[in-house]
Amino acid sequence: MDIERIIFWVFAVILVFAAGRVITVRNPVHAAMHLVLAFFTCAGLWLLLEAEFLAITLVLVYVGAVMVLFLFVVMMLDINMSPLREGFVRYLPLGVIIALVVFSEMFAVVGVKYFGSDVIAIPERHGADYSNVRELGSVLYTDYVYPFEIASVILLVAIIAAIALTMRKRPGTKSQNVAQQVAVKSTDRVRVVKMMSEEKQGSSVRD
Amino acid sequence: MTETVLQKYKGQLLLTGLVATVLGVAVVMLGFHFWDDIKANVLLYTLVKIVCIVGPLMGAVAYLTFAERKIIGYMQVRIGPNRVGPRGWLQPIADALKLLMKEIVVPTNANRFLFVVAPMLSIAPALAAWAVLPFTDTLVLANIDASLLYVLALTSVGVYGVIIAGWASNSKYAFLGAMRSAAQIVSYEIAMGFALVGVLIAGGSLNLVDIVEAQQGSFLHWFWLPLFPLFLVYFISGVAETNRAPFDVSEGESEIVAGFHVEYSGMAFAVFFLAEYANMILIAALAALMFLGGWLSPFQGILSDQFLSSSGILGTVFGNGVHWLFAKMSVMLLLFLWFRATFPRYRYDQIMRLGWKVFIPITIVWLVVEGAAVILDIGPWFD
Repeated sequence: MDIERIIFWVFAVILVFAAGRVITVRNPVHAAMHLVLAFFTCAGLWLLLEAEFLAITLVLVYVGAVMVLFLFVVMMLDINMSPLREGFVRYLPLGVIIALVVFSEMFAVVGVKYFGSDVIAIPERHGADYSNVRELGSVLYTDYVYPFEIASVILLVAIIAAIALTMRKRPGTKSQNVAQQVAVKSTDRVRVVKMMSEEKQGSSVRD
Repeated sequence: MTETVLQKYKGQLLLTGLVATVLGVAVVMLGFHFWDDIKANVLLYTLVKIVCIVGPLMGAVAYLTFAERKIIGYMQVRIGPNRVGPRGWLQPIADALKLLMKEIVVPTNANRFLFVVAPMLSIAPALAAWAVLPFTDTLVLANIDASLLYVLALTSVGVYGVIIAGWASNSKYAFLGAMRSAAQIVSYEIAMGFALVGVLIAGGSLNLVDIVEAQQGSFLHWFWLPLFPLFLVYFISGVAETNRAPFDVSEGESEIVAGFHVEYSGMAFAVFFLAEYANMILIAALAALMFLGGWLSPFQGILSDQFLSSSGILGTVFGNGVHWLFAKMSVMLLLFLWFRATFPRYRYDQIMRLGWKVFIPITIVWLVVEGAAVILDIGPWFD
Protein backbone atom coordinates (compact mmCIF):
# COMPACT_ATOMS: atom_id res chain seq x y z
CA MET A 1 0.00 0.00 0.00
CA ASP A 2 1.57 3.29 -1.04
CA ILE A 3 1.63 6.38 1.16
CA GLU A 4 -1.10 8.11 -0.83
CA ARG A 5 -3.53 5.30 -0.20
CA ILE A 6 -2.70 5.28 3.52
CA ILE A 7 -3.36 9.03 3.70
CA PHE A 8 -6.62 8.53 1.82
CA TRP A 9 -7.86 5.87 4.22
CA VAL A 10 -6.87 7.88 7.29
CA PHE A 11 -8.71 10.94 6.00
CA ALA A 12 -11.70 8.91 4.80
CA VAL A 13 -12.14 7.13 8.14
CA ILE A 14 -11.90 10.41 10.08
CA LEU A 15 -14.30 12.09 7.64
CA VAL A 16 -16.98 9.41 7.96
CA PHE A 17 -16.55 9.27 11.74
CA ALA A 18 -16.78 13.06 12.11
CA ALA A 19 -19.78 13.31 9.77
CA GLY A 20 -21.56 10.61 11.77
CA ARG A 21 -20.80 12.37 15.05
CA VAL A 22 -22.30 15.61 13.71
CA ILE A 23 -25.78 14.04 13.83
CA THR A 24 -25.34 11.67 16.77
CA VAL A 25 -23.57 13.81 19.36
CA ARG A 26 -25.81 15.44 22.00
CA ASN A 27 -24.10 18.78 22.49
CA PRO A 28 -24.69 21.18 19.55
CA VAL A 29 -21.28 22.84 20.02
CA HIS A 30 -19.60 19.45 19.79
CA ALA A 31 -21.62 18.75 16.65
CA ALA A 32 -20.40 21.99 15.10
CA MET A 33 -16.80 21.16 15.98
CA HIS A 34 -17.18 17.72 14.38
CA LEU A 35 -18.47 19.42 11.25
CA VAL A 36 -15.31 21.56 11.26
CA LEU A 37 -13.25 18.37 11.50
CA ALA A 38 -15.24 16.90 8.61
CA PHE A 39 -14.50 19.98 6.46
CA PHE A 40 -10.80 19.78 7.26
CA THR A 41 -10.48 16.10 6.36
CA CYS A 42 -12.55 16.68 3.24
CA ALA A 43 -10.10 19.43 2.26
CA GLY A 44 -7.30 16.89 2.78
CA LEU A 45 -9.02 14.46 0.41
CA TRP A 46 -9.43 17.20 -2.20
CA LEU A 47 -5.72 17.94 -1.91
CA LEU A 48 -5.07 14.30 -2.79
CA LEU A 49 -7.22 14.84 -5.91
CA GLU A 50 -4.91 17.76 -6.91
CA ALA A 51 -7.72 20.27 -6.33
CA GLU A 52 -5.67 22.48 -4.02
CA PHE A 53 -7.58 25.65 -4.84
CA LEU A 54 -10.91 24.09 -3.89
CA ALA A 55 -9.40 22.50 -0.79
CA ILE A 56 -7.98 25.75 0.54
CA THR A 57 -11.15 27.63 -0.37
CA LEU A 58 -13.19 25.04 1.52
CA VAL A 59 -11.15 25.74 4.66
CA LEU A 60 -11.22 29.50 4.06
CA VAL A 61 -14.95 29.84 3.42
CA TYR A 62 -16.57 27.04 5.39
CA VAL A 63 -14.19 26.60 8.32
CA GLY A 64 -13.01 30.20 8.54
CA ALA A 65 -16.29 32.02 8.08
CA VAL A 66 -19.45 29.88 7.88
CA MET A 67 -18.71 27.61 10.82
CA VAL A 68 -17.56 30.52 12.99
CA LEU A 69 -20.99 32.09 12.51
CA PHE A 70 -22.63 28.71 13.14
CA LEU A 71 -20.72 28.32 16.41
CA PHE A 72 -21.60 31.89 17.27
CA VAL A 73 -25.33 31.17 16.93
CA VAL A 74 -25.21 27.70 18.51
CA MET A 75 -23.37 29.01 21.56
CA MET A 76 -25.84 31.85 22.04
CA LEU A 77 -28.91 29.61 21.82
CA ASP A 78 -29.87 27.59 24.83
CA ILE A 79 -30.97 24.48 22.97
CA ASN A 80 -32.51 21.61 24.86
CA MET A 81 -31.87 18.66 22.62
CA SER A 82 -34.24 16.08 24.15
CA PRO A 83 -37.53 17.47 22.73
CA LEU A 84 -35.88 17.63 19.33
CA ARG A 85 -35.26 13.90 19.43
CA GLU A 86 -38.78 12.88 20.46
CA GLY A 87 -40.26 11.67 17.19
CA PHE A 88 -37.11 9.84 16.09
CA VAL A 89 -38.59 6.31 15.93
CA ARG A 90 -41.87 7.50 14.44
CA TYR A 91 -40.18 9.27 11.54
CA LEU A 92 -37.46 6.66 11.02
CA PRO A 93 -39.24 4.63 8.25
CA LEU A 94 -40.01 7.79 6.28
CA GLY A 95 -36.41 8.94 6.69
CA VAL A 96 -35.07 5.60 5.45
CA ILE A 97 -37.33 5.73 2.38
CA ILE A 98 -36.21 9.26 1.53
CA ALA A 99 -32.57 8.30 2.01
CA LEU A 100 -33.02 5.31 -0.34
CA VAL A 101 -34.68 7.50 -3.00
CA VAL A 102 -31.90 10.09 -2.80
CA PHE A 103 -29.25 7.38 -2.96
CA SER A 104 -30.79 5.70 -6.00
CA GLU A 105 -31.13 9.04 -7.77
CA MET A 106 -27.50 9.85 -7.14
CA PHE A 107 -26.48 6.37 -8.23
CA ALA A 108 -28.42 6.78 -11.46
CA VAL A 109 -26.69 10.08 -12.26
CA VAL A 110 -23.14 9.62 -11.03
CA GLY A 111 -23.06 5.80 -11.10
CA VAL A 112 -20.81 3.45 -13.02
CA LYS A 113 -22.91 3.83 -16.15
CA TYR A 114 -21.69 7.37 -16.85
CA PHE A 115 -18.62 7.73 -14.69
CA GLY A 116 -17.14 4.22 -14.72
CA SER A 117 -13.48 3.74 -15.58
CA ASP A 118 -14.45 2.22 -18.97
CA VAL A 119 -16.45 5.35 -19.90
CA ILE A 120 -14.09 8.06 -18.65
CA ALA A 121 -10.33 7.66 -18.83
CA ILE A 122 -8.49 7.62 -15.50
CA PRO A 123 -7.20 11.16 -14.92
CA GLU A 124 -3.45 11.39 -15.25
CA ARG A 125 -1.10 12.84 -12.67
CA HIS A 126 0.05 16.37 -13.36
CA GLY A 127 3.61 17.53 -12.79
CA ALA A 128 4.74 19.81 -9.99
CA ASP A 129 4.50 22.88 -12.26
CA TYR A 130 0.79 22.31 -12.94
CA SER A 131 -1.24 25.16 -11.46
CA ASN A 132 -4.75 24.26 -10.45
CA VAL A 133 -5.48 27.91 -9.61
CA ARG A 134 -4.50 29.17 -13.05
CA GLU A 135 -6.51 26.48 -14.87
CA LEU A 136 -9.61 27.19 -12.79
CA GLY A 137 -9.27 30.93 -13.28
CA SER A 138 -8.81 30.73 -17.02
CA VAL A 139 -11.86 28.48 -17.44
CA LEU A 140 -14.04 30.46 -15.02
CA TYR A 141 -13.34 33.82 -16.64
CA THR A 142 -13.47 32.74 -20.30
CA ASP A 143 -15.77 29.80 -21.07
CA TYR A 144 -18.07 30.18 -18.08
CA VAL A 145 -17.88 33.92 -17.51
CA TYR A 146 -21.63 34.57 -17.97
CA PRO A 147 -22.89 31.77 -15.69
CA PHE A 148 -20.27 32.88 -13.15
CA GLU A 149 -21.33 36.52 -13.24
CA ILE A 150 -25.03 35.65 -13.13
CA ALA A 151 -24.49 33.39 -10.12
CA SER A 152 -22.64 36.14 -8.27
CA VAL A 153 -25.34 38.71 -9.06
CA ILE A 154 -28.00 36.30 -7.74
CA LEU A 155 -25.97 35.90 -4.53
CA LEU A 156 -25.67 39.67 -4.20
CA VAL A 157 -29.43 40.04 -4.63
CA ALA A 158 -29.98 37.38 -1.97
CA ILE A 159 -27.70 39.21 0.49
CA ILE A 160 -29.40 42.56 -0.09
CA ALA A 161 -32.85 40.97 0.17
CA ALA A 162 -31.96 39.24 3.43
CA ILE A 163 -30.69 42.49 4.92
CA ALA A 164 -33.68 44.47 3.65
CA LEU A 165 -36.12 41.92 5.11
CA THR A 166 -34.54 41.84 8.55
CA MET A 167 -33.58 45.48 8.93
CA ARG A 168 -35.88 47.35 11.27
CA LYS A 169 -35.51 51.04 11.92
CA ARG A 170 -36.24 51.66 15.55
CA PRO A 171 -37.22 55.25 16.25
CA GLY A 172 -35.56 57.04 19.11
CA THR A 173 -32.21 55.21 19.10
CA LYS A 174 -29.19 57.35 19.78
CA SER A 175 -26.44 56.86 17.24
CA GLN A 176 -23.50 59.02 16.37
CA ASN A 177 -22.98 60.86 13.14
CA VAL A 178 -19.24 60.51 12.74
CA ALA A 179 -18.99 63.07 9.93
CA GLN A 180 -20.65 65.62 12.18
CA GLN A 181 -18.34 64.72 15.06
CA VAL A 182 -15.26 65.14 12.91
CA ALA A 183 -16.47 68.42 11.40
CA VAL A 184 -17.07 70.03 14.77
CA LYS A 185 -14.88 73.03 15.71
CA SER A 186 -13.81 74.20 19.12
CA THR A 187 -15.80 77.42 18.70
CA ASP A 188 -19.04 75.36 18.41
CA ARG A 189 -18.54 73.76 21.78
CA VAL A 190 -16.56 76.15 24.00
CA ARG A 191 -17.26 79.84 24.55
CA VAL A 192 -14.32 81.74 26.04
CA VAL A 193 -15.50 84.65 28.18
CA LYS A 194 -12.94 87.32 29.03
CA MET A 195 -13.49 89.15 32.32
CA MET A 196 -11.62 90.82 35.13
CA SER A 197 -10.79 88.68 38.15
CA GLU A 198 -13.08 89.30 41.10
CA GLU A 199 -11.81 90.20 44.52
CA LYS A 200 -12.27 87.70 47.29
CA GLN A 201 -15.27 88.65 49.43
CA GLY A 202 -14.89 89.50 53.12
CA SER A 203 -11.20 89.65 53.95
CA SER A 204 -8.68 91.67 51.98
CA VAL A 205 -5.98 89.90 49.93
CA ARG A 206 -2.70 89.50 51.86
CA ASP A 207 0.59 88.78 50.08
CA MET B 1 8.54 37.27 42.79
CA THR B 2 10.49 35.66 39.98
CA GLU B 3 13.76 35.97 41.85
CA THR B 4 12.43 34.16 44.87
CA VAL B 5 11.19 31.31 42.73
CA LEU B 6 14.50 31.26 40.90
CA GLN B 7 16.44 31.18 44.16
CA LYS B 8 14.24 28.47 45.63
CA TYR B 9 14.73 26.06 42.76
CA LYS B 10 18.24 27.15 41.79
CA GLY B 11 19.77 23.67 42.09
CA GLN B 12 17.05 21.88 40.13
CA LEU B 13 17.00 24.60 37.50
CA LEU B 14 20.75 24.46 36.98
CA LEU B 15 20.62 20.66 36.71
CA THR B 16 17.72 20.79 34.23
CA GLY B 17 19.50 23.44 32.19
CA LEU B 18 22.70 21.40 32.14
CA VAL B 19 20.92 18.19 31.08
CA ALA B 20 18.97 20.08 28.40
CA THR B 21 22.16 21.67 27.06
CA VAL B 22 24.02 18.35 26.95
CA LEU B 23 21.08 16.62 25.23
CA GLY B 24 20.75 19.49 22.76
CA VAL B 25 24.45 19.41 21.88
CA ALA B 26 24.29 15.62 21.52
CA VAL B 27 21.29 15.84 19.17
CA VAL B 28 22.96 18.54 17.06
CA MET B 29 26.20 16.55 16.87
CA LEU B 30 24.33 13.39 15.89
CA GLY B 31 22.53 15.47 13.28
CA PHE B 32 25.82 16.65 11.81
CA HIS B 33 27.23 13.15 11.86
CA PHE B 34 24.31 11.66 9.95
CA TRP B 35 23.73 14.80 7.84
CA ASP B 36 23.90 13.01 4.48
CA ASP B 37 21.40 10.38 5.63
CA ILE B 38 19.06 13.06 6.96
CA LYS B 39 19.28 14.98 3.72
CA ALA B 40 18.42 11.85 1.76
CA ASN B 41 15.30 11.23 3.84
CA VAL B 42 12.63 13.74 2.76
CA LEU B 43 10.59 13.42 5.96
CA LEU B 44 13.55 13.92 8.32
CA TYR B 45 14.98 16.76 6.24
CA THR B 46 11.63 18.58 6.28
CA LEU B 47 11.44 18.05 10.03
CA VAL B 48 14.88 19.65 10.46
CA LYS B 49 13.76 22.62 8.34
CA ILE B 50 10.59 23.02 10.43
CA VAL B 51 12.69 23.06 13.62
CA CYS B 52 14.93 25.69 12.00
CA ILE B 53 11.86 27.93 11.47
CA VAL B 54 9.88 27.27 14.66
CA GLY B 55 12.85 27.46 17.05
CA PRO B 56 13.98 30.99 16.13
CA LEU B 57 10.30 32.01 15.87
CA MET B 58 9.71 31.01 19.49
CA GLY B 59 12.84 32.91 20.51
CA ALA B 60 11.60 35.94 18.59
CA VAL B 61 8.22 35.68 20.34
CA ALA B 62 9.91 35.58 23.76
CA TYR B 63 12.04 38.62 23.03
CA LEU B 64 9.18 40.44 21.33
CA THR B 65 7.40 40.44 24.70
CA PHE B 66 10.57 41.84 26.26
CA ALA B 67 10.90 44.46 23.52
CA GLU B 68 7.26 45.41 24.02
CA ARG B 69 7.69 45.99 27.74
CA LYS B 70 10.92 47.92 27.26
CA ILE B 71 9.74 50.09 24.35
CA ILE B 72 6.38 50.93 25.89
CA GLY B 73 8.28 51.60 29.11
CA TYR B 74 10.54 54.13 27.40
CA MET B 75 7.54 55.70 25.65
CA GLN B 76 5.95 56.23 29.06
CA VAL B 77 9.23 57.46 30.62
CA ARG B 78 9.72 54.30 32.65
CA ILE B 79 12.63 51.89 32.52
CA GLY B 80 10.74 48.64 32.07
CA PRO B 81 11.94 45.24 33.31
CA ASN B 82 15.59 45.52 34.36
CA ARG B 83 16.06 43.08 37.25
CA VAL B 84 16.58 39.59 35.77
CA GLY B 85 19.95 39.26 34.11
CA PRO B 86 22.01 42.13 32.67
CA ARG B 87 19.63 45.04 31.91
CA GLY B 88 16.69 42.65 32.18
CA TRP B 89 17.68 40.51 29.21
CA LEU B 90 16.73 37.24 30.94
CA GLN B 91 13.22 38.47 31.80
CA PRO B 92 11.37 36.42 29.10
CA ILE B 93 13.15 33.24 30.26
CA ALA B 94 12.19 33.93 33.87
CA ASP B 95 8.59 34.53 32.76
CA ALA B 96 8.52 31.27 30.81
CA LEU B 97 9.91 29.35 33.81
CA LYS B 98 7.33 30.91 36.12
CA LEU B 99 4.48 29.99 33.78
CA LEU B 100 5.83 26.46 33.36
CA MET B 101 5.80 25.88 37.11
CA LYS B 102 2.30 27.20 37.70
CA GLU B 103 -0.68 24.94 38.11
CA ILE B 104 -3.30 24.75 35.35
CA VAL B 105 -6.68 25.16 37.02
CA VAL B 106 -9.70 23.78 35.16
CA PRO B 107 -12.87 25.56 36.31
CA THR B 108 -15.84 23.62 37.68
CA ASN B 109 -18.26 22.44 35.02
CA ALA B 110 -15.84 23.49 32.30
CA ASN B 111 -15.68 21.29 29.26
CA ARG B 112 -12.37 19.69 30.11
CA PHE B 113 -11.41 18.39 26.66
CA LEU B 114 -12.21 21.58 24.76
CA PHE B 115 -10.67 23.67 27.55
CA VAL B 116 -7.33 21.93 27.01
CA VAL B 117 -7.62 21.80 23.22
CA ALA B 118 -8.40 25.53 22.80
CA PRO B 119 -4.83 26.85 23.28
CA MET B 120 -3.55 24.27 20.78
CA LEU B 121 -6.23 25.33 18.26
CA SER B 122 -4.96 28.84 18.74
CA ILE B 123 -1.24 28.24 18.22
CA ALA B 124 -1.35 25.52 15.53
CA PRO B 125 -2.54 27.80 12.68
CA ALA B 126 -0.16 30.55 13.82
CA LEU B 127 2.77 28.17 13.35
CA ALA B 128 1.45 26.28 10.31
CA ALA B 129 1.15 29.48 8.28
CA TRP B 130 4.95 29.85 8.42
CA ALA B 131 5.29 26.78 6.19
CA VAL B 132 4.75 28.82 3.03
CA LEU B 133 6.41 32.12 3.98
CA PRO B 134 9.47 32.72 1.80
CA PHE B 135 12.54 34.29 3.45
CA THR B 136 14.36 34.72 0.13
CA ASP B 137 13.52 33.47 -3.36
CA THR B 138 15.17 30.13 -2.58
CA LEU B 139 14.86 29.93 1.21
CA VAL B 140 11.29 28.70 1.59
CA LEU B 141 9.96 25.53 3.19
CA ALA B 142 7.06 24.91 0.78
CA ASN B 143 6.93 27.04 -2.34
CA ILE B 144 3.32 26.21 -3.22
CA ASP B 145 1.28 27.91 -5.90
CA ALA B 146 -1.61 29.13 -3.76
CA SER B 147 0.47 30.20 -0.76
CA LEU B 148 -1.35 33.51 -0.25
CA LEU B 149 -4.68 31.69 -0.14
CA TYR B 150 -3.22 29.14 2.27
CA VAL B 151 -2.06 31.86 4.64
CA LEU B 152 -5.46 33.56 4.49
CA ALA B 153 -7.23 30.26 5.22
CA LEU B 154 -5.00 29.47 8.19
CA THR B 155 -5.20 32.92 9.77
CA SER B 156 -8.99 32.66 9.59
CA VAL B 157 -8.88 29.33 11.44
CA GLY B 158 -7.05 30.87 14.42
CA VAL B 159 -10.30 32.33 15.79
CA TYR B 160 -11.46 28.85 16.86
CA GLY B 161 -8.99 28.81 19.74
CA VAL B 162 -10.54 32.01 21.10
CA ILE B 163 -14.17 30.93 20.62
CA ILE B 164 -13.66 27.45 22.07
CA ALA B 165 -11.67 28.84 25.02
CA GLY B 166 -14.46 31.27 25.82
CA TRP B 167 -17.16 28.65 25.59
CA ALA B 168 -15.37 25.80 27.36
CA SER B 169 -14.34 27.96 30.33
CA ASN B 170 -17.93 28.09 31.62
CA SER B 171 -17.43 31.73 32.58
CA LYS B 172 -19.45 34.76 31.55
CA TYR B 173 -16.46 37.05 31.06
CA ALA B 174 -14.69 34.49 28.91
CA PHE B 175 -17.83 33.90 26.86
CA LEU B 176 -18.34 37.60 26.25
CA GLY B 177 -14.73 37.93 25.14
CA ALA B 178 -15.11 35.01 22.75
CA MET B 179 -18.28 36.43 21.20
CA ARG B 180 -16.69 39.84 20.69
CA SER B 181 -13.61 38.28 19.15
CA ALA B 182 -15.59 36.04 16.79
CA ALA B 183 -17.66 38.91 15.40
CA GLN B 184 -14.64 41.15 15.11
CA ILE B 185 -12.41 38.66 13.30
CA VAL B 186 -15.14 37.62 10.84
CA SER B 187 -15.76 41.30 10.02
CA TYR B 188 -12.14 42.29 9.48
CA GLU B 189 -11.35 39.17 7.50
CA ILE B 190 -13.46 40.48 4.62
CA ALA B 191 -11.49 43.74 4.40
CA MET B 192 -8.25 41.79 4.73
CA GLY B 193 -9.27 39.41 1.94
CA PHE B 194 -10.14 42.30 -0.37
CA ALA B 195 -6.77 43.93 0.35
CA LEU B 196 -5.08 40.66 -0.62
CA VAL B 197 -7.12 40.56 -3.85
CA GLY B 198 -5.51 43.89 -4.72
CA VAL B 199 -2.07 42.43 -4.06
CA LEU B 200 -2.66 39.41 -6.24
CA ILE B 201 -3.95 41.58 -9.10
CA ALA B 202 -0.78 43.69 -8.90
CA GLY B 203 1.52 40.68 -8.45
CA GLY B 204 -0.28 38.53 -11.00
CA SER B 205 0.09 35.46 -8.82
CA LEU B 206 -1.03 33.77 -5.62
CA ASN B 207 2.54 32.64 -4.95
CA LEU B 208 4.34 34.78 -2.38
CA VAL B 209 7.73 34.39 -4.11
CA ASP B 210 6.25 35.64 -7.39
CA ILE B 211 4.53 38.53 -5.60
CA VAL B 212 7.86 39.71 -4.18
CA GLU B 213 9.60 39.22 -7.52
CA ALA B 214 6.93 41.41 -9.15
CA GLN B 215 8.04 44.30 -6.91
CA GLN B 216 11.56 44.41 -8.40
CA GLY B 217 12.89 47.80 -9.47
CA SER B 218 13.21 50.30 -6.67
CA PHE B 219 11.43 50.99 -3.43
CA LEU B 220 8.93 53.00 -5.46
CA HIS B 221 8.02 49.78 -7.27
CA TRP B 222 7.03 48.07 -4.03
CA PHE B 223 3.28 47.68 -3.76
CA TRP B 224 2.89 50.08 -0.84
CA LEU B 225 2.79 52.98 -3.26
CA PRO B 226 0.27 51.85 -5.91
CA LEU B 227 -1.79 50.01 -3.28
CA PHE B 228 -1.41 52.51 -0.45
CA PRO B 229 -5.05 52.41 0.79
CA LEU B 230 -4.97 48.60 0.69
CA PHE B 231 -1.69 48.61 2.63
CA LEU B 232 -3.28 50.69 5.39
CA VAL B 233 -6.44 48.58 5.42
CA TYR B 234 -4.42 45.36 5.47
CA PHE B 235 -2.19 46.38 8.35
CA ILE B 236 -4.98 47.82 10.49
CA SER B 237 -7.11 44.72 9.82
CA GLY B 238 -4.07 42.67 10.81
CA VAL B 239 -3.94 44.50 14.14
CA ALA B 240 -7.65 43.77 14.59
CA GLU B 241 -7.21 40.10 13.59
CA THR B 242 -4.50 39.56 16.19
CA ASN B 243 -6.71 41.17 18.87
CA ARG B 244 -4.06 43.75 19.64
CA ALA B 245 -4.64 47.23 21.03
CA PRO B 246 -6.58 49.34 20.07
CA PHE B 247 -8.81 46.47 18.91
CA ASP B 248 -8.35 44.25 21.98
CA VAL B 249 -11.98 44.33 23.16
CA SER B 250 -11.92 40.52 23.42
CA GLU B 251 -9.57 40.99 26.39
CA GLY B 252 -10.95 44.37 27.50
CA GLU B 253 -9.48 44.52 31.01
CA SER B 254 -11.72 47.34 32.18
CA GLU B 255 -14.93 45.57 31.18
CA ILE B 256 -14.46 41.81 31.11
CA VAL B 257 -11.29 41.26 33.19
CA ALA B 258 -9.19 39.35 30.64
CA GLY B 259 -11.78 38.15 28.17
CA PHE B 260 -11.49 34.71 26.63
CA HIS B 261 -8.43 33.61 28.63
CA VAL B 262 -9.59 34.79 32.04
CA GLU B 263 -9.83 31.19 33.35
CA TYR B 264 -6.48 30.07 31.96
CA SER B 265 -3.35 29.85 34.04
CA GLY B 266 0.18 28.55 33.73
CA MET B 267 1.31 27.03 30.45
CA ALA B 268 -2.21 27.01 28.93
CA PHE B 269 -2.27 30.79 29.24
CA ALA B 270 1.30 31.00 27.93
CA VAL B 271 0.28 29.15 24.77
CA PHE B 272 -2.39 31.81 24.04
CA PHE B 273 0.25 34.42 24.64
CA LEU B 274 2.68 32.68 22.25
CA ALA B 275 -0.04 32.42 19.60
CA GLU B 276 -0.84 36.13 19.83
CA TYR B 277 2.77 37.17 19.38
CA ALA B 278 3.45 34.55 16.67
CA ASN B 279 0.44 35.97 14.82
CA MET B 280 1.82 39.49 15.19
CA ILE B 281 5.12 38.42 13.65
CA LEU B 282 3.21 36.62 10.89
CA ILE B 283 1.15 39.71 10.01
CA ALA B 284 4.35 41.81 10.04
CA ALA B 285 6.09 39.32 7.74
CA LEU B 286 3.12 39.23 5.34
CA ALA B 287 2.93 43.03 5.23
CA ALA B 288 6.68 43.16 4.51
CA LEU B 289 6.40 40.52 1.76
CA MET B 290 3.31 41.86 0.02
CA PHE B 291 3.71 45.62 0.31
CA LEU B 292 7.33 46.37 1.24
CA GLY B 293 9.22 44.19 -1.20
CA GLY B 294 10.15 41.36 1.20
CA TRP B 295 13.84 40.57 0.84
CA LEU B 296 14.42 43.16 -1.90
CA SER B 297 16.97 45.82 -1.05
CA PRO B 298 15.72 49.42 -0.79
CA PHE B 299 18.92 50.47 -2.59
CA GLN B 300 17.73 48.78 -5.79
CA GLY B 301 17.55 51.38 -8.52
CA ILE B 302 19.72 53.80 -6.50
CA LEU B 303 23.01 51.88 -6.44
CA SER B 304 24.12 49.94 -9.50
CA ASP B 305 22.94 46.35 -9.95
CA GLN B 306 26.53 45.25 -10.42
CA PHE B 307 27.48 46.57 -6.97
CA LEU B 308 24.37 45.10 -5.32
CA SER B 309 24.99 41.62 -6.67
CA SER B 310 28.74 41.65 -5.96
CA SER B 311 29.94 39.05 -3.49
CA GLY B 312 31.84 41.30 -1.08
CA ILE B 313 30.64 42.36 2.36
CA LEU B 314 29.20 45.66 1.08
CA GLY B 315 27.40 43.87 -1.76
CA THR B 316 25.88 41.40 0.71
CA VAL B 317 24.78 44.12 3.11
CA PHE B 318 23.30 46.47 0.51
CA GLY B 319 22.05 43.75 -1.86
CA ASN B 320 18.89 41.68 -1.60
CA GLY B 321 18.82 39.34 1.33
CA VAL B 322 16.92 37.96 4.26
CA HIS B 323 18.22 40.75 6.52
CA TRP B 324 16.06 43.28 4.65
CA LEU B 325 12.99 41.15 5.30
CA PHE B 326 13.82 41.02 9.01
CA ALA B 327 14.43 44.77 9.10
CA LYS B 328 11.04 45.47 7.49
CA MET B 329 9.34 43.03 9.84
CA SER B 330 10.94 44.79 12.81
CA VAL B 331 9.58 48.14 11.66
CA MET B 332 6.08 46.70 11.33
CA LEU B 333 6.36 45.08 14.77
CA LEU B 334 7.46 48.41 16.23
CA LEU B 335 4.25 49.86 14.81
CA PHE B 336 2.25 47.20 16.69
CA LEU B 337 3.91 48.25 19.95
CA TRP B 338 3.58 51.93 19.13
CA PHE B 339 -0.17 51.57 18.53
CA ARG B 340 -0.55 49.90 21.89
CA ALA B 341 1.29 52.70 23.68
CA THR B 342 -0.58 55.44 21.81
CA PHE B 343 -4.24 54.67 21.16
CA PRO B 344 -7.07 54.17 23.63
CA ARG B 345 -9.22 51.10 23.07
CA TYR B 346 -11.97 51.39 20.47
CA ARG B 347 -15.55 51.14 21.58
CA TYR B 348 -17.13 47.97 20.20
CA ASP B 349 -19.68 49.58 17.86
CA GLN B 350 -16.94 51.83 16.50
CA ILE B 351 -14.83 48.77 15.65
CA MET B 352 -17.73 47.30 13.71
CA ARG B 353 -18.38 50.60 11.96
CA LEU B 354 -14.73 50.92 10.94
CA GLY B 355 -14.62 47.38 9.57
CA TRP B 356 -17.88 47.33 7.65
CA LYS B 357 -18.56 50.92 6.70
CA VAL B 358 -15.05 52.30 6.14
CA PHE B 359 -12.58 49.56 5.24
CA ILE B 360 -14.71 47.40 2.95
CA PRO B 361 -15.86 50.37 0.78
CA ILE B 362 -12.25 51.66 0.61
CA THR B 363 -10.96 48.29 -0.60
CA ILE B 364 -13.75 47.90 -3.19
CA VAL B 365 -13.15 51.41 -4.57
CA TRP B 366 -9.41 50.83 -4.77
CA LEU B 367 -9.91 47.48 -6.53
CA VAL B 368 -11.88 49.32 -9.23
CA VAL B 369 -9.14 51.97 -9.49
CA GLU B 370 -6.50 49.28 -9.70
CA GLY B 371 -8.44 47.35 -12.34
CA ALA B 372 -8.64 50.50 -14.45
CA ALA B 373 -4.89 51.10 -13.95
CA VAL B 374 -4.13 47.54 -15.10
CA ILE B 375 -6.30 47.87 -18.21
CA LEU B 376 -4.81 51.29 -19.09
CA ASP B 377 -1.24 50.03 -18.42
CA ILE B 378 -0.38 52.83 -16.05
CA GLY B 379 3.35 52.62 -15.36
CA PRO B 380 5.67 51.89 -13.74
CA TRP B 381 3.62 49.35 -11.78
CA PHE B 382 1.00 48.01 -14.15
CA ASP B 383 2.76 47.95 -17.52
